[in-house]
Amino acid sequence: MAHDAKMLTGVMDASDDVIVTGPSIYVYEAPVRLWHWGNALCITILAVTGYFIGSPPPTMPGEASGSFLFGYIRFAHFAAGQVLAVAFLARILWAFWGNKYSRQIFYLPVWEKTWWRGVLREARWYLFLEKEPYKYIGHNPLAHTAMFAMFTLFNLGMIITGFALYSEGAGRDSWPAKLFGWVFDIWPNSQDVHTLHHLGMWVIVIFAIIHIYAAVREDIMSRQTMISTMISGERQFRDEREG
Amino acid sequence: MGSATETFYDVIRRQGITRRSFVKFCNLTAASLGLGPVAATEMARALETKPRIPVIWMHGLECTCCSESFIRSAHPLVKDVVLSMVSLDYDDTLMAAAGHQADEILQETREKYKGGYILAVEGNPPLNEDGMYCIDGGRPFVEKLREMAGDAMAVIAWGACASWGCVQAAKPNPTQAVPIDKVIRDKPIIKVPGCPPIAEVMTGVISYIVTFGKMPELDRQGRPKMFYSQRIHDKCYRRPHFDAGQFVESWDDDSARKGYCLYKVGCKGPTTYNACSTVRWNGGVSFPIQSGHGCIGCSEEGFWDKGSFYDRLTTIRQFGVEATADQIGLAAAGAVVAGVAVHTAATAVKRLTSKHDHHRRNEPHDQQ
Repeated sequence: MAHDAKMLTGVMDASDDVIVTGPSIYVYEAPVRLWHWGNALCITILAVTGYFIGSPPPTMPGEASGSFLFGYIRFAHFAAGQVLAVAFLARILWAFWGNKYSRQIFYLPVWEKTWWRGVLREARWYLFLEKEPYKYIGHNPLAHTAMFAMFTLFNLGMIITGFALYSEGAGRDSWPAKLFGWVFDIWPNSQDVHTLHHLGMWVIVIFAIIHIYAAVREDIMSRQTMISTMISGERQFRDEREG
Repeated sequence: MGSATETFYDVIRRQGITRRSFVKFCNLTAASLGLGPVAATEMARALETKPRIPVIWMHGLECTCCSESFIRSAHPLVKDVVLSMVSLDYDDTLMAAAGHQADEILQETREKYKGGYILAVEGNPPLNEDGMYCIDGGRPFVEKLREMAGDAMAVIAWGACASWGCVQAAKPNPTQAVPIDKVIRDKPIIKVPGCPPIAEVMTGVISYIVTFGKMPELDRQGRPKMFYSQRIHDKCYRRPHFDAGQFVESWDDDSARKGYCLYKVGCKGPTTYNACSTVRWNGGVSFPIQSGHGCIGCSEEGFWDKGSFYDRLTTIRQFGVEATADQIGLAAAGAVVAGVAVHTAATAVKRLTSKHDHHRRNEPHDQQ
């Protein structure tokens, strides 16, 4: 029967109804996904340990030789920070090898009118002024802006201030001091750098809240997959209409 | 004061020190600075042949705490520095001469040792109202400072005032006091910050210049590396308690009595570059942390304007509101969570009212 031919392009449920699914596109390649989840883990560790570095837990009992709690907290922070920095460098390298979606977060196409229209429309969608959002293979223009701001500009800022602060303990002749010592030309009192880096932690927390909310919401509301795309790399669309 | 042509060697011989002791001194100094045996000979030759360096010590807007600290130096004794090592030709606080006599010395030194004297500046110049907030000998201090710096070999900025501005440059800074490097731009400046700097650090910097005839190695902020390359925190004797996570929570708790780390009561040791935890004060007797009080970061830039002395994070003042980074961050995160909650509710309402049927998704949509 014609039934068999349809099997190739659709799925069948128990009642023998054949439903044609939308096309799926491979968007996020494995290195991009690995970076995303590695980053998520690092940032979680960094935010938690960073908070404790600013506001230490209650005093440990016993002799000082019997515990190294604050040392371990700081070690976890420094280790996660260095992994984050190396991952960021690797992610930049991948942008040269990867598909065009792997380059998206590193620049904003501000010279394209359609992109600006997309930002506006996406903003209207979040303000409940649009009936439905457009479909996008990569990031939608508003998300694209957020990713560029957070993971190119902000991430870099946290890495730079982080290594500058790390150089204080590593010593004036260490490589972090040589590479990032210029931060103290801008803010001679490192207390200011501590304060900025600490404020950055709250920016990350706020970003994480919005990011997770938007991903869950769009997974439900939009016309495409969101969360599973960052797991499998495949983006599926729920309809075949244009736009 | 024509004695400036005497060498260091001449002066100590006159004071009854033998040549044997002098050579010993050179060897010990070279060894303690980590230099080889050749350096000891070079040092001896330098001290025998080079005339003592004339030093002019000027006072701008300041409290004289740098001078008070300086005269208490124990290693070397300040009398040896002032009377033997350098030729302190002018210091209006310490010198016997006054008035026109004193002022004449400035001009005399400037002409006689053009490009060969050291200008040590305690305090800083106010620039507002053409410098009228600090008048010295009938003229604005800033004019005298520029004039004397013009012919100096090098400039030493004593203390937080000359280095960073200190209390008179704290907000709102009505006299517009500025650190001296904002006024002197064409001379090398050695910043020796602190409020006041440690006596031995001050005499140590002078000893280095006299001995080697050159500036000590400076860090990127212009401070001598030998005294300012590490934080109080890095050499603090309470550091093991920091690493162990043992903190003083309030001034009278058990941890305070046990001498735990003062990080949680706002010690600024981790952001302060100085030698207090190694050199200590008053001949090595103690330093603030040893007395149970956190470091207030007095040798750091703008230390009066960074909020409480008992907070580790700068107080942020915007829109007339004072808050710490944590208060701002928590408030913003709370606002975002509330925003997300409202947005979720609105989304749910929209979804329920528009009643989207899942099975119709693939069917052609009518006009949007």
